[in-house]
Amino acid sequence: MIGLYHYLGLGAVVFAVAVAGMFINRKNMILLLMCVELMLLAVNINFIAFSRFSGNISGQVFVFFILTVAAAEAAVGLAILVVLFRNRNSINVSEINHLKG
Amino acid sequence: MSPGAITYQALFYLFAAGIVFSGLRVITARNPVHSALFLVLALVNAAILWVQMGAEFLGIILVLVYVGAVMVMFLFVVMMLDINAATMRKGMTRYAPLGLIISGLIAAEIGWALWGHYLGIANTPHTAVAPAGISNTEELGRALYTHYIYVFEIAAVILLLGIISAIVLTLRWRPNTRRQDINQQLRVHKTSDHMRLVDLRDNSRGRKES
Amino acid sequence: MEAILLVILLGPLAASAVILLGGEYFGRRVAHTLAISAVFISFVLSLYVLYQGIWGGMGRIEQTLYVWGFGGPYQFTLGFLIDRLSALMMAIVTFVSFAVHVYTIGYMADDSGYKRFFGYIALFTFSMLLLVMADNFLQLFIGWELVGLVSYLLIGFYLKKESAIFAGLKAFIVNRVGDFGFFIGIATVLYFAGSLNYETVFSQAGLIAGKHIWITSHLAVSGATLIGILLFVGAMGKSAQIPLHIWLPDSMEGPTPISALIHAATMVTAGVYMVARMSPIYSHSLLAMTLVMVVGASGAFFLGLVGIVQTDIKRVIAYSTISQLGYMTAALGAGAYAGGIFHLMTHASFKALLFLGAGSVIIALHHEQDMRKMGGLWKRMPITYITFWAGSLALIGFPGFAGYFSKDAIIDAIAHSVTPGAGYAYWMVLLGVLVTTLYTFRMIFLTFHGKPRMDAHTWEHVKESPWVVTFPLILLAIPSVFLGGIALGPLDYGNFFGTSIVNRIGDNPLSLGAADFHGAWQFFLQGFTTPAFYLILTGIAITWVCYIWKPGLPAALRRRFWPIAVVLERKFFFDEIFIGGIARSGRELGTFLWRFIDAGIIDGLVVNGTARLVGASSRVIRRLQTGYLYHYAFVMVVGLAVMVGWLIWR
Repeated sequence: MIGLYHYLGLGAVVFAVAVAGMFINRKNMILLLMCVELMLLAVNINFIAFSRFSGNISGQVFVFFILTVAAAEAAVGLAILVVLFRNRNSINVSEINHLKG
Repeated sequence: MSPGAITYQALFYLFAAGIVFSGLRVITARNPVHSALFLVLALVNAAILWVQMGAEFLGIILVLVYVGAVMVMFLFVVMMLDINAATMRKGMTRYAPLGLIISGLIAAEIGWALWGHYLGIANTPHTAVAPAGISNTEELGRALYTHYIYVFEIAAVILLLGIISAIVLTLRWRPNTRRQDINQQLRVHKTSDHMRLVDLRDNSRGRKES
Repeated sequence: MEAILLVILLGPLAASAVILLGGEYFGRRVAHTLAISAVFISFVLSLYVLYQGIWGGMGRIEQTLYVWGFGGPYQFTLGFLIDRLSALMMAIVTFVSFAVHVYTIGYMADDSGYKRFFGYIALFTFSMLLLVMADNFLQLFIGWELVGLVSYLLIGFYLKKESAIFAGLKAFIVNRVGDFGFFIGIATVLYFAGSLNYETVFSQAGLIAGKHIWITSHLAVSGATLIGILLFVGAMGKSAQIPLHIWLPDSMEGPTPISALIHAATMVTAGVYMVARMSPIYSHSLLAMTLVMVVGASGAFFLGLVGIVQTDIKRVIAYSTISQLGYMTAALGAGAYAGGIFHLMTHASFKALLFLGAGSVIIALHHEQDMRKMGGLWKRMPITYITFWAGSLALIGFPGFAGYFSKDAIIDAIAHSVTPGAGYAYWMVLLGVLVTTLYTFRMIFLTFHGKPRMDAHTWEHVKESPWVVTFPLILLAIPSVFLGGIALGPLDYGNFFGTSIVNRIGDNPLSLGAADFHGAWQFFLQGFTTPAFYLILTGIAITWVCYIWKPGLPAALRRRFWPIAVVLERKFFFDEIFIGGIARSGRELGTFLWRFIDAGIIDGLVVNGTARLVGASSRVIRRLQTGYLYHYAFVMVVGLAVMVGWLIWR
């Protein structure tokens, strides 16, 4: 029988995959953003599982808000990316270190 | 075990495997377009799992908003920007072991937490609570529009903010385009500011000089 | 009565506030009209209060006006204590102040700080009145400090003159030294008596004298002695007693009206008034009284000597002031409080007269103060000349003039005093008469007689001063001549002050001499038989020989007795000791603390050290900020791993 643990385990695996992705694709900003989306997906799976197994709708409400914020974040992040590319003709993260102390 | 339960179990494993597989492809694909498409696949699989759990509304939303809007935007940007994938991939494998160690560590920690019944997880029922007599959408709507109404409004503002900031960030002011300057129009105070007489005869020459 | 007292006190304050705060909105005429009318009203009302006190049976008014603070069991109030003593002081202060106000119109006529000056002297009058009318130590202290502050402002009135600024600072700092003792004295009063109110404290005077503070296990000081000595330290500063007299001669840098007001008639008398007011305490301590008398008598003689070699006319008068203050102080120490106050009163009029006369001469000579460049002025300035003579005769104590009665009574009282050290003090004050005569007549002869020594151009322009200058001279000359004979009987021998001044039984030397007193006329006639009179004659003769008959003699004498002359010209090296010794070592200590403690340890180690530590560690930590996005992501992920681990294993 599929229980809460299965879903939580799935979330953990997806999250770990996303973390690994951040290390592998550390220079490509678009992929970094995608990994963030993947992490959010893992979290959302956990939320919905908890919501379902404890019979509380609040978990799904949170997923709703996370989706909202993630959408806005993706929009702004991609906009920044576009501007960055326009100015520097590259989105290679290793070339961007203006914040170096 | 009833046939329904077996089907349920089989479907869960199928789509869970789908998510993990497409997630791995997202992070390993050579072409960013492939990565984006695999992310779409992962999201769709997740949506199916959500629907299976009874969260129909969110499942549909995930497909509509995420796959339909956000991921299309990702694809659009990936294709619009001319990314040199080769340089991006340089040194990719160098940090892969470290990434694996860290992600393995995190996965192990979460697993340990689940295994050891930490964080009060043990108190949660292990079987799904049957949905109330109303549909999932109605249930979610009731929660959103009553208890979470202020948060809901704030979420709306955040979306608006996202729209405006995306526009402002990417808007380009080209110097030679002629456009309406609303600020300047509003700044008019005196009657003499309303109309300006321009000498048309010198117009073309004057522009060249300036 | 309360309303009258308030008008007396607050009138000058109001005038001063209006002039100082709103001076730029009206002219000079408004300024001096305001100040003079306020002071004149105060003067007239003070006379009324004095009249009431003497003939009107006013008695003793003690009134608390305002409670402005509580501190534990203590209560701090503002109020009036008006008896004959304070009424007399009020009359003296407002009288001299009024004369000076009028005189200022003439003296400061071409000065750009005209209005400011009037604001200051009105404020000064207020401060002095506050001090005199106080009914508790705290109010006395407020007035005391205000007087010090205004004197600083006035001595340094010529803001752009370096020596004036120095003199102002010197007066202020030296007074601070005295005030330090004074303040501790007040604290001691509070400690012993538990109150600052005069009445309460004085009624416990006997008790205070009975309590002791043990300095070592064998040496104890009675409360009365301690309070007396500490308060007298304050009086030393204000009343220019050895060794805190050094500010007074320098304060002559201020405009002459100020010299007359502050350094002759009011501020310097604050100390004398204070000691007389504290007589209930002093009379319980022979030790404190001995100190007061010895210090006063020494000042009377030795600092008078310095006056003989001064060349600046105002400095001569300044040293004579110190010397005369010595007489008053010695009288207080001898127990003749009334004698001290009496001399204070006569001195106020003739010393103000002398200062204003000197000021008149100074204006006539276009601000020339050096007596070596004067001479022969008597023909050109008759009024100044005559009034100056009147003041001088009063100063030396020539029989018949005001100063004679007061000074001779003091000498007599010291001769009869039971205070230890009276023998020494007697010789000091007696010889002081000769010294006084020497410098006074030297000043008169050099200034008004002999050949004119200024250049011809100045001599052409010498003329008598305008009426605003000569009127105060005449006004002050009247009491300088007549006041002594009138006031001698009641003041010195008639128990004028009643219970305001307390002597131990048998300790009032004036009452011992009262047996021989048969009226002022008799006293006047006796004057021609005293040793003091012959000393005066000797002094006049010496100065006449030295400065009229053989003008070359002083220079020859100086060559012959140069060590004495040098000691006197350097004023017994007091300035060298204070400025070069104490002040300099203080400065060096300060420099040491600044260099090593402040700049070295505090600034270098603590302040800059902290900054340097932060800077150095920042230089290291800064390397963490690579600016690369994936480094931040890496740190975040690692942080997440650590945090989750901590959550699980904690």
